[in-house]
Amino acid sequence: MPDIDAVASSLAPELKKRKADYLEARFEENQTSHITYRGKSMESIGRSTASGGNVRALVKGGWGFTSFNELDRLPDRVSLAIEQAQSAGSGKSQLARVEPAVDNVSSNIAKNPVDIPLAEKKQLLDEYNEIIWSIPQIKTSTIGYADSRKKVIFLNSEGSFITQERVDVTLHLTAIAAKDSEVQQVSISVGSLGDFKAIQGLHEQVKEISQNAVALLSAPQAKGGEYTVVLDPVLAGVFAHEAFGHLSESDFVYENDKLREIMTLGKQFGPAQLNIIDSAAEPAGMRGSFKYDDEGVRSVKTYLIREGKLVGRLHSRETAAKMNEKPTGNARAVNYRYPPIVRMTNTYIEPGTVSFNDMISDIKEGIYAKKWYGGMTSMEMFTFSAGEAYMIRNGKIAEALRPIMLTGNVFSTLKNIDAIGNDLDMNQGGGCGKGGQSPLPVSLGSPHIRIRHCLVGGK
Amino acid sequence: MEEVLALARKVAGAAEVFEVASETTQVRFEANRLKQLQTSQSNNVSLRIIKDGRTGLATATNIADARQMVKDAVETAAFGAEARFQFPGDLKYPKVEIYDAAVEAVSIKEMVRLGEEMVAAITAHTPGIICEGDVSRGVMTVRLINSRGGRAEYKKSFFSLDIEGNLVNDTDMLFVGESDSSCHPLSDPKKVTDLVLRQLDLAKNRAKAPTKVLPAIFTSNGVAGALVLPLLSAFNGKVVLEGASPIGDKLGKPVFDKNFSLRDDPLAAYRPGSRPCDDEGVASQRTPLINKGIVKAFLYDLQTAALAGKKSTGNGNRSRGGLPAPAPSALVVTPGKTTFDEMVSDIKEGLVIEQLIGAGQGNILGGDISGNVLLGYKIENGKIVGRVKDTMVSGNVYQILKDVAAIGSETRWVSGFLQTPPFYCKALSVSSKG
Repeated sequence: MPDIDAVASSLAPELKKRKADYLEARFEENQTSHITYRGKSMESIGRSTASGGNVRALVKGGWGFTSFNELDRLPDRVSLAIEQAQSAGSGKSQLARVEPAVDNVSSNIAKNPVDIPLAEKKQLLDEYNEIIWSIPQIKTSTIGYADSRKKVIFLNSEGSFITQERVDVTLHLTAIAAKDSEVQQVSISVGSLGDFKAIQGLHEQVKEISQNAVALLSAPQAKGGEYTVVLDPVLAGVFAHEAFGHLSESDFVYENDKLREIMTLGKQFGPAQLNIIDSAAEPAGMRGSFKYDDEGVRSVKTYLIREGKLVGRLHSRETAAKMNEKPTGNARAVNYRYPPIVRMTNTYIEPGTVSFNDMISDIKEGIYAKKWYGGMTSMEMFTFSAGEAYMIRNGKIAEALRPIMLTGNVFSTLKNIDAIGNDLDMNQGGGCGKGGQSPLPVSLGSPHIRIRHCLVGGK
Repeated sequence: MEEVLALARKVAGAAEVFEVASETTQVRFEANRLKQLQTSQSNNVSLRIIKDGRTGLATATNIADARQMVKDAVETAAFGAEARFQFPGDLKYPKVEIYDAAVEAVSIKEMVRLGEEMVAAITAHTPGIICEGDVSRGVMTVRLINSRGGRAEYKKSFFSLDIEGNLVNDTDMLFVGESDSSCHPLSDPKKVTDLVLRQLDLAKNRAKAPTKVLPAIFTSNGVAGALVLPLLSAFNGKVVLEGASPIGDKLGKPVFDKNFSLRDDPLAAYRPGSRPCDDEGVASQRTPLINKGIVKAFLYDLQTAALAGKKSTGNGNRSRGGLPAPAPSALVVTPGKTTFDEMVSDIKEGLVIEQLIGAGQGNILGGDISGNVLLGYKIENGKIVGRVKDTMVSGNVYQILKDVAAIGSETRWVSGFLQTPPFYCKALSVSSKG
């Protein structure tokens, strides 16, 4: 592996003396291992190493960005990025001021999961797969395990020089049941910021998803229409992230006057008990946590909605300057091949006071939606799919339904939230995609929440 | 590459080195203005070995340390899948036109001009619209060598135009967009923007969708975004082998409408999905998947084909140098005879689906498609009357495609990987807030 510390150190004085409004460079090296299963047999097992870097330049409001695997000829790469920025720029450069930082942040992981012998990882996955296959009517399964250890060095023309290490572990399991031409699947996704224990001891959960997949084969489909819907913490976290969180990303907002009007700070968006937060700073040790973002900005806890009012949004240095707000440390890049863009970190709805039983007790006919296949949003409109769903009848959880899809307008849906549970739970398995950069490690969380008049797709 | 192969052969029975190198340049527009210029130089090398009958894999961005790569591959081979295939020996490859030197010669200035023209055409038509777009060009080189004397090398150029518009009116948001790609330089942005202007014209008025079962026309974009997704997994040889494909046991049987034919085509000239061989050195071929409604074949790589007792169809695809898996190169639907206008005029009440969100989230394996209409129009008495909102559609692809009302005559490439005309479908469940 090339020595990125030496490469970065030698480039630091070069960045300060070149002619540009702003210059930065990021170098990265990583080691990963992965194991995937399809059905009973292992599909792929492998190890990989990568190293690369990029240079980004800002001239007159225009950006130049060049990424590379070959770490030689760096002064030429800096020149190329500056030339690109010059061609793109015709206005004025704006970046929020931040104190330059010199720091070295290690991952504090006692045992690097990448170093655990493949035999040990395989043993655990074999146990899970045997459980899935022990359930009758399971037709097939997929398992994807991956870990990585990554070291990133960030430096800029203002004197920042930050080394951060990050370790990541993810596991996705899907049980697929089939009968006649009917196919149903249920999944779980878990992950951690480097702690291998997070994916151990899931035997009971694995059994449960396999049984649920089989049960879905004979479950009825929901009748399409409007329902009172209770979301579990996983799905409510998806809602906070997909439906609302993306609207808080200022790169969508800052050059769009009409959207700025909609997202005016102080506007009432939901009930007074609603608080939505994005924070890489705390809780620490989540997959969306870090000390500095990919522009070298210190992370903070940002309230997006407080007591139902819009009070904050997520920024890069550029969007913060253009909107005359404080930077929040939300500029992130999935790896060195990409420039940082405004992204979420750990996004969650703060817990309220209502117990789950109280929440469903006065629902005559409604739907309890759990887990997720995925979610997508286009500004005001969102769709998300529940991996499991049940009818609620006369205040009790009733029959299981086929997976359902919920959709709506985020503004009216936020207003229709009328109960927030007391049982916050964070999900660590998430990966977010935006602008071609995916999957970015994030975590999502919420207590149970109840939404009135939610549109459910179906027959 | 040769050094890694030689080292690997000392410890393994068979070995293969696969390398992809690329250089791309992108000009990016945001909020109607030139925002960023970007270049990317990228390498990826992977070593696949067969040791004691098992497959091992190591990938890296550089062959800085050939010994470490061989060591990693050997560690993984201890647990790797049993290799049931042999690397292909010296093969003959078809000649496929995929490189045009003119792509590399397109200046940044010309790329900026193309982007500016796209933005100008759309903002002139609809004041207040915010456009994002990019113009990209690139060249990639693929090289492969293996221990059975197999050797492949090709160079491919690609060029693309992409434009999206977002019009916000209070809390109402409209999204439009189009793209085009080729191995030639693209010089006429009007071809792309005319399609966007048409979307804007059709979306100008608002219309109400009812909650009931309606006929629907999927435009080429709609077919790519919703109808074709379930078919990608159903025709994957691996899914078939596992017994999870709903059509896995239907080879030679009529499953789809008798006018529906679909093929995988890696030989189309100057298409970015084309190539002379797949990512494990198997020669490219055209593979009919559906012929007049009858299931004709599934897509295979070497290992899956060996397990299934079939021959590789040359569809071994490797993302970032990982192990190959079956994937289409480029899909082509045979056009029908009905024009889009004829379809519309045939419908008393129905929808035109241009784009769905969330279509990929449901039970894709089972063929369920369900999604919110991001861009779609209402048809009343044979005319498009306006755009629908807050509308969800759901249906099952196998039911929809068993018996379609008509397949369009106007075909085009969408999403880079599919050439298709519009589909006129008889019944789709619609739920709407109006």
